[in-house]
Amino acid sequence: MPPPALLLPALLIAAAVSLPLVYLFIRTLGAGDEAWDLLFRMRTLQILGRTALLVFAVTAASIALALTLAWLTTRTDLPLCGFWTIIMSLPLVIPSYVGALLVIIALGPHGMLQGALENLFGVDRLPDLYGFPGALLILTLLSYPYVMLPMRAALSQMDPSLEEASRSLGMSRWATFRRVTLPLLRPAIASGGLLVALYTLSDFGAVSLMRYQTFTWAIYLQYESAFDRTLAAALSSVLVIVAIAILLLESRTRGKSRYYKSSAGAARKSTPVPLGSWKWPALAFCAIVLALTLALPLSILTYWAVRGIATDQSFPNLWGATANSLKVSALAALVVVLASLPVAFLSVRFPNRLSSLLERATYIGFGLPGIVIALSLVFFGAKYATSLYQTLPMLIFAYGILFLPAAVGAARVSLLQLNPRLEEAGRSLGKGGLAVMRSITLPLMRPGLLAGAALVFLLTMKELPATLILSPIGFRTLATQVWDASSEAFFARAAASALILVLVSSIPMAILVLRDYRSR
Amino acid sequence: MSLSKPGLPAWFTRARLPLLLLTLFASLALGAVACGEDSTPTRTTQPAATGSPVASPSPTNTPVASSRTLTIYSGRAESLVDPIIKQFSQATGIKVEVKYAGTPQLAATLLEEGRNSPADVFYAQDPGGLGSVEELLAPLPQSVVNLAPEWARSPDGKWIGVSGRARVVVYNTSKLKESDLPEDIYNFVDPKWKGRIGFAPTNASLQTMITGMRSLWGEAKTKQWLEGIKANDFKTYNNNSSVVDAVSKGEIDVGFVNHYYLYQFLSERGESFPARNYHTKAGGPGALVMVSGAGILNTSKNKEAAQKFLEFMLSPVAQQYFASKTYEYPLVEGISVNRLLTPIDQINQPNITMKQLADLEGTQKIMREAGILP
Repeated sequence: MPPPALLLPALLIAAAVSLPLVYLFIRTLGAGDEAWDLLFRMRTLQILGRTALLVFAVTAASIALALTLAWLTTRTDLPLCGFWTIIMSLPLVIPSYVGALLVIIALGPHGMLQGALENLFGVDRLPDLYGFPGALLILTLLSYPYVMLPMRAALSQMDPSLEEASRSLGMSRWATFRRVTLPLLRPAIASGGLLVALYTLSDFGAVSLMRYQTFTWAIYLQYESAFDRTLAAALSSVLVIVAIAILLLESRTRGKSRYYKSSAGAARKSTPVPLGSWKWPALAFCAIVLALTLALPLSILTYWAVRGIATDQSFPNLWGATANSLKVSALAALVVVLASLPVAFLSVRFPNRLSSLLERATYIGFGLPGIVIALSLVFFGAKYATSLYQTLPMLIFAYGILFLPAAVGAARVSLLQLNPRLEEAGRSLGKGGLAVMRSITLPLMRPGLLAGAALVFLLTMKELPATLILSPIGFRTLATQVWDASSEAFFARAAASALILVLVSSIPMAILVLRDYRSR
Repeated sequence: MSLSKPGLPAWFTRARLPLLLLTLFASLALGAVACGEDSTPTRTTQPAATGSPVASPSPTNTPVASSRTLTIYSGRAESLVDPIIKQFSQATGIKVEVKYAGTPQLAATLLEEGRNSPADVFYAQDPGGLGSVEELLAPLPQSVVNLAPEWARSPDGKWIGVSGRARVVVYNTSKLKESDLPEDIYNFVDPKWKGRIGFAPTNASLQTMITGMRSLWGEAKTKQWLEGIKANDFKTYNNNSSVVDAVSKGEIDVGFVNHYYLYQFLSERGESFPARNYHTKAGGPGALVMVSGAGILNTSKNKEAAQKFLEFMLSPVAQQYFASKTYEYPLVEGISVNRLLTPIDQINQPNITMKQLADLEGTQKIMREAGILP
């Protein structure tokens, strides 16, 4: 039986993240027959099928890409590996509508690539980017870091003696990877993959620009052109069911396996695998990912900004927005990581139906479009918390509902790798619960906690719908500035804000990676 | 030992890490301070309230004190309307706070807030947004309603138009001349336009144009048009600016958009940008002129200032701002428009009122039936 000091906060947090569900329930009840009619008319099954296909494909592609990159940057002697680690997590900060727009400009029909190929080789047509291929490409490139960050944490926290034992028993490197390393990575892959799947489910920016009609797209259609929040809520309830199905599917991959080492002795850091002649292909691979995810977008943005300066466009002062972005993102990272602890502890140390239900509940918010979360807080906030409505605490609360699973997942992965006997030893030596937590558990969980904080920080930096609606009046962030300018075709201004967004976000990532170095 | 790692910058040593962290936190803290400063003046720099209502009903140059901040929910982008809202504040001495977001999102927010809404004014991109919250809007005094021409206001006097925007056909100038384009938008069903047309079916303005078709042509002809356009393999875009962009790149030859997006492209890319607007010569729904508009919330506790805001937006100063800075059409007489714009009297505007453009639901139904919306 878990101690109430753990259960109570976890229950409170799970109740808080269920608020959007209550809201959707109330609104869907109001929709009545009209909702069934709409579900029937809009070929719901077809749209659901398209959504499922995209979710599956993006998740699989992201896991493959993240696995390769995480292994290269933690386990090999890849040159410049600190640099790659900072760079490779940055795509997370690019809002999907900006990323998709830039990919269309570069790779779309009559885009930059086609233009260059036409001049060189007379190519006048590229394979069609719009639709499924474009949506898959852009969502994979923007979301693989969800898997890569927890996976890096798991790889660097994993005790190499297990792999060494396998090697000493005559297994090849590949067999060791497949039969020892990969199974040990399962919690990281599952928690990251879940985030990618739910992110894809809730994305609107990329799918709408790529003209791939998913369920979230249909929900936005109800808000944007029908101004019908009741029908939108009814459709969102269907989306909740899809999210629950994904969560159940992921639950089945969880076994009773233990992921920590049971023998005595502290874990060493693993010795890097020499890449040898594979060094160059590995570098080339990293460079291609870098070019697609960052170099290309950044150079287009720079080009726009420079062209804007050349044609005397006016640029707003972005200091305030930059400071606001940093402030809310740092606060959100701190608050969300703290809130994730009780839920993660409960689900790892006291696994039962209730604790896993509580933990699963935190994921729902991530699978819903941001506008739904925002409106549900408007519904409750304007009625029952008027003094908090449109204040900073409320905004942070919204970020919590949206991004809690990112931190819960990372904390769980770390905790699973930690042998509870270490804590027991601490207690047997007369330390209290809190002292053990402070001196043993939290320090050992550090890679996971930092990865969670980094994820939440980057997600908050680019968050738009909740920020627009729930922030204190007059509060601007870099993301809202990008949106404001790009919606009216002020490309130069949008580019300036987006550039600052990416640059500023790389600072905490750099610190995170440098810390990682220090501990080696 | 840690220095031997590959990729680690030489200047980085263990000793410098605290310094780095300190720098980050200092900058975060500075951010917090800066924001604190941001919000304080909005409450304190105003002269103390006199409490008495202001005598002069029209915006004048004499600043007056107001007891409350006027809260505006703006569905129009900050980049477009912030300067003129600041001018209003300066001219009247009324302190203004604005929440910027998309028109549909703000409409949904207002509906969820209900009686507890902090908003005084809803300034929306299109009549559809205002129509969806009509139950929350207060009837405007006749003197305010009369500021906008009759075609550009709500049938029940709950909101008024602020600026006009024309529906246009934007075309690629390296592939087409204006004379290649049909006089009536109906003629785009001709198979010669196959694969050359694009628009944003989810865009509220496009849907309003189709509502106009239903009103001017009747349901049957509108359906024929939609089916004809579908048979011509039109390309779907996300919003108006991607349509203009695609036209300029030759991805499509013509697009159905609002007129003003083109001018922002022209100002960033220069006049060699290969796209121009065309107003259908025969008039009809292709030459529709619509409005952005504003209304006052029923629950507003600051209706007097809100009314002043509406009056200001239709004053010559504001109307001139829209005509010259956002490339829109003024709704009052005697304003000169940007030289790049087709003067409004040269547009063969159909005779239609905003009331006839209200039925968005019927339009979405017909678009669904034609397979253009899912």
